[in-house]
Formats: sequence, C-alpha cells, structure tokens
Amino acid sequence: MTPADRFISIRNVSKSFGAFRAIDEISMDIRQGEFFSLLGASGCGKTTLLRMLAGFESPTTGEIFIDDQPMSDVPPHHRPVNMVFQSYAIFPHLNVRDNIAYGLRKQKLTPARRAEMVEDMLDLIKLPGYGNRKANELSGGQRQRIALARALILRPKVLLLDEPLGALDKQLREQMQLELRALQRQVGITFVFVTHDQEEALTLSDRIAVMSGGRVLQVDTPAALYEAPRTREVASFIGTMNFFRGIVRRNGSGMAAIEAEGLGTIPMPTARLTKPEGAPVQIGLRPEKFSLSPVRPDIGLAVEGRLRTAAYMGERSQYYLSLPGKAEPVAVSAPNTHRQRDAQDVPEGQVLWLSWAPEAIVILDTD
Amino acid sequence: MAETSLPKRRTADGPPRASGSAFLRLLRRSESARAYLMMSPTLLIMTLGIVVPFGILLVISLWTRAGFGFDTTLTLANYARSWNEPIYGTLMLRSFWISGVATAVTVLLCYPMAYYVAFHVHRNKMMWIILMTLPFWTSYLLRVFAWKVILGYEGVINSGLMSAGLIEAPLSFLLYSPTAVIITLAHAWAAFAILPLYVSLEKIDRSLLEAATDLGDGPVARFFRVTLPLSMPGVIAASFLIFIPTTGDYITPALLGGPDGAMIGNLIQLQFGAVNNWPMGATLSIVLMLWIAALALVFLVVTRKVQERIT
Repeated sequence: MTPADRFISIRNVSKSFGAFRAIDEISMDIRQGEFFSLLGASGCGKTTLLRMLAGFESPTTGEIFIDDQPMSDVPPHHRPVNMVFQSYAIFPHLNVRDNIAYGLRKQKLTPARRAEMVEDMLDLIKLPGYGNRKANELSGGQRQRIALARALILRPKVLLLDEPLGALDKQLREQMQLELRALQRQVGITFVFVTHDQEEALTLSDRIAVMSGGRVLQVDTPAALYEAPRTREVASFIGTMNFFRGIVRRNGSGMAAIEAEGLGTIPMPTARLTKPEGAPVQIGLRPEKFSLSPVRPDIGLAVEGRLRTAAYMGERSQYYLSLPGKAEPVAVSAPNTHRQRDAQDVPEGQVLWLSWAPEAIVILDTD
Repeated sequence: MAETSLPKRRTADGPPRASGSAFLRLLRRSESARAYLMMSPTLLIMTLGIVVPFGILLVISLWTRAGFGFDTTLTLANYARSWNEPIYGTLMLRSFWISGVATAVTVLLCYPMAYYVAFHVHRNKMMWIILMTLPFWTSYLLRVFAWKVILGYEGVINSGLMSAGLIEAPLSFLLYSPTAVIITLAHAWAAFAILPLYVSLEKIDRSLLEAATDLGDGPVARFFRVTLPLSMPGVIAASFLIFIPTTGDYITPALLGGPDGAMIGNLIQLQFGAVNNWPMGATLSIVLMLWIAALALVFLVVTRKVQERIT
C-alpha cells in the first residue's frame, strides 16, 4: 500500500460508553482524495467513528492516523480535519461572512486577503452577495452550503460530513448530492461522509464502509457492494435482495451446482463456489435480475411462479411471486419501457415464468 | 367596526342579544381582542398599581413643602434643587457606583456557577438550581442581619482573624462601609443572576461549541467568541435585574452602610419619613428612575458594541 492509500488509517479502534460498545475493533484505511462514506442504520457507530476522526471522542483502544500522524494526543482544534455538522451549527450571532471566516483567525491574514477568500468561497458554493445575511435569514440548503464553505476555506486534509443532507427535502437533497460530488472533485479534499441513506451513499461515494453494531461489514465500491455483497446483512441493507437457502449438490472438475429452494438446480463454475458438496449455502438474487414472461423462455434458467401482488412505481413495476417450495414471496422488478397508458395490469394469481442468468446469483457468506 | 353592520342573529327564545353576541364575535375574529382579554387582569393591576401611583408621584414632585403641608402650586423648584445641591448628585452617583460594582461582582461570581450547572452537570440540574437559590428562601432582612454578624466589629471574620493572631485590632472597613453594602448586595441578589445566566447558557446549542473547536478555537477563544456572545442576553437580563432594584435599595445601606455607605434610597426614605418632604422625595424618585433608564440604555448600546468587537 502506498501512503496515499492509507491517508486515514484506523487501527483496531474500539470505543465503549460504559458497558455499551459503540465501536468494536475497527480497522480500515481511507485513501487520499476519495469520497468515502460510512453507511449504516442509526446506532451502528458511524457517527461515533466520525466524531473520533474529528477528535470529539477518543478511542478506548486503538489508534487513528491521519497522514501518518497519530491523532490520540491531538485535540480537535489542532487536527487537520474540519466538520460539517448535521445541524450545520451556523453561528447565529454572526453573519454569513463572519461564519465563513470564523476559522481564519489563527492565520495572520490582511483584512483584504480574508475578504477575498470569503468571496471566493461564496462563489464556490454559489451564494455570491450573501455575505451580510444573518444565519436566521437562510434556508436549509443555504445553511448547509455555508457550513461547507466554513470548513473548506481552511483547506483541511479531511472534510468530515455528518449526514449533511438529512434535513433537506428530497429534491434539494438530490441537487445538493450532485453539487457535493462536483465540489469534492473540484477541491480534491478527502471527504468522509456519514449517512443512513443507501441511495445517497451509492450516488456519492468512491467507496463505502457498511457498518452495523459497531463493526464494519464490508468496504467496497458502490457497484461491488450492490452486485457482490458478502453477507446477507450487507445485501439487505443496500437495495432489495431475494434470499434463497440452498445446498451444494456437486463441486469438482470445474463444474458445481447448487440446489436452491424454489429455483431448482443452478449450475456454475467451481471457481465461484468454495464450499464442498453437501454444504448449506445462502444465495441472493436482486429483483431486477429476473425476467418475467408469460411463456417459458427458450434459453436460461427458469421456474414457474404465481403472481401475488403487483405495484406500479412509475419507471418500473414491482411484482411479488410465490414459488413452489419457498415460503416468502420473491420480489421481481421490471422496467416499464414499453408500457402504455391503457396497459392492463397482470391479474393476481396469474402464472408467470421467471428466468435469470446464473452469473446474477450472489453467493453469500453463511455465519 | 364591521360587526355592527352585520344582520343581528336572532335566537329562538327572545330578542337579539346585540351587545353580547357582538362582543363574542369580536373575540372570535380578532386575535388582538383575545390577547387584550387575556392580559386584562394584569393590565388592570398595572394601571392601578403603577401608572396611577406614578401619576400621583409626578404631581407631588411638582408641589413644594409648606410647613407641615404642601404648597400645591406646580413648580420645577424641586428638580432644580436636586440638580443644584451637591448632596443629591453625590448620593445618586454613589448609589450607581455601589450597585454597579455589586452588579458586576454578582454577575462575575454567578457566571461560573451557572456555567458549571449548564455544561458540566448532567443529572438533576433542577436540584442544583434549587440548591443555589436555597439561601433566598429566608427573608432579605435576615440575610442582611446575618452579614452584619459576619462582618461586624466583633463578628465572625474579625474575631476569627484575631484569634488566629493575624490582626491586632478588628478591621473597621468591613462593616458600615460601601464594601459591606457591596458584599451583602452581591450575596442577596445572586439568585437573580444565576437563573437568567443559567437559562441563556443552557439554551446554547452544543454543536456550536463543537463547531468553534473544530474550526480551531481553543477553550478560551471559544468562550469569548461563542459562549459569551450567545449568553449575553442572560448577562444583560441579570445585570438589569440586579442593578435596577439595588440602586434604590435602602435596607442594606441603612443597616450596613454607615455614613459612607448611604445611598439615594436612604435619602428618599428620609424625605418621606423624618424630613416629611414628600415633594422632594417624589422628585428624587423620578430623577432616579430617569437616570436608571438612561444608564440601562447606555448599557445596552455598549454591550451590543462590545459584542460586535469580540466576534
């Protein structure tokens, strides 16, 4: 690993609050200049980890390095990181200009230089001319940008963002996601972004750490997390996943096969399957990896299912089908590419054929 | 009012109840009418208890004393006297000085206490606040007397220091001096400082303090740039709550002040009592009020300016 690969290095870090173990032996590295997200449900420890990077909490055991410097003895106001708070924490007694310039006090700048830097920042966050506004005259999206500018003006090595888009409405949030992504590319600063919104994490990040119960389940690129989640927990946290229990029927001489509930026997190359014959496996298949048709398709693997419910969702429809030998219904997502205004819904109880490619099967670690 | 032109609603069992229903309709429609109704008991008491007496005071201040009675010709003679005779100005200035110092001392001493409870106590905050106000459950007079016992010529401090061999003779500046008045006032009014200070500190969003730290402020810089400015409403409220009543206080200076510690309140009390010059007493009361109003205004402007400077 090059030093840039472990720009932030978290080594065996644990954090306990009394008897509660908020962070449980986490080790991972964050690369220089990447947009890295900590993704997890509330209480998974992602905010605690972020606060430890900022210095507001200190690890009970373990060490955090930023740019090769151990951080345990560095107080928060001396760390090369800045934070965008969930509530934005805009100082209510200061105007926008003074909020943005707040952290410049220690740098001995001429007033002209300082004003110039603030104006540059206001341009960067697309709020030129807002310098004299008071904090209470700003909308949520504007406050969020001010908080961003206030941190970025100090050119930190790492910018920490604690669910900064959580308080915004959906449309504004999507717009800010794009802007945030562009901004990060522009300034080239390493972003560590905390969110519980998997879609947001997928859209924004170079890499994501999925967290649960104080542990990191998987660190990967968005595509790898979605297409090849390692465990059932990761698979169900990111997107929707159909799970099937199965048994390895054959494994050797280059070919393997899994017999899965409801799906029958699925052949696959040995390289994908490490388990021996007779071992139980858990496999997953995303709803959009299925194809639905009224008749048996000519090629590929297919089973018959009975439609339980269908939901029209605009650009796609979600169908739930019951398969023989499987208790829970299987979710199938189909794009409405050719659907027209007067199209009839498929009636419930209709028998449909489900087909899929064996490569779409995800083999999950069983605990 | 538009209501009067509306057709009157008839009830089945009688003639229209014009006045009652119009009043109720007014209440239903007008937010401010409801507000005034809610305030009306207070407004009544305020009118009877403050506006009317103040009017009387104003009128009396324009009279003059004539023998044992009053000459009711309206004149500004008393105001001229209060301006020209140095005794009034001196006492007025001393009152402002003493209660100004007492206010400053009280706020400075109470700020750390309120700060501690607001930021470092996490459980039973209310109990701490109640404990801090516990001394104020006894009467003001008793507390003043208690200080007399402590500061007195043969009081706790003097006899303690003497028996420890630290001083030969009792310290005379302790009692019957402005110092005694300041100490007693600072203690007696502490609760009035702690409560507003606590409320304003408690209200501060903790993430603002973390943001200041994150942006590079050490604890001291953070205090002066964020905590203090944001708690200024509490500081101002506490200062007013102490400065205004203590300026006119006469119990403490009468009991502990001695000749050098007398304040304007004592003089006003004398005018209404022994001297029997009500017009002069009324004049001094009004002049005091005007001065306090002016000082409060200056104080507000100065704190605002200072606040702009430190941030």
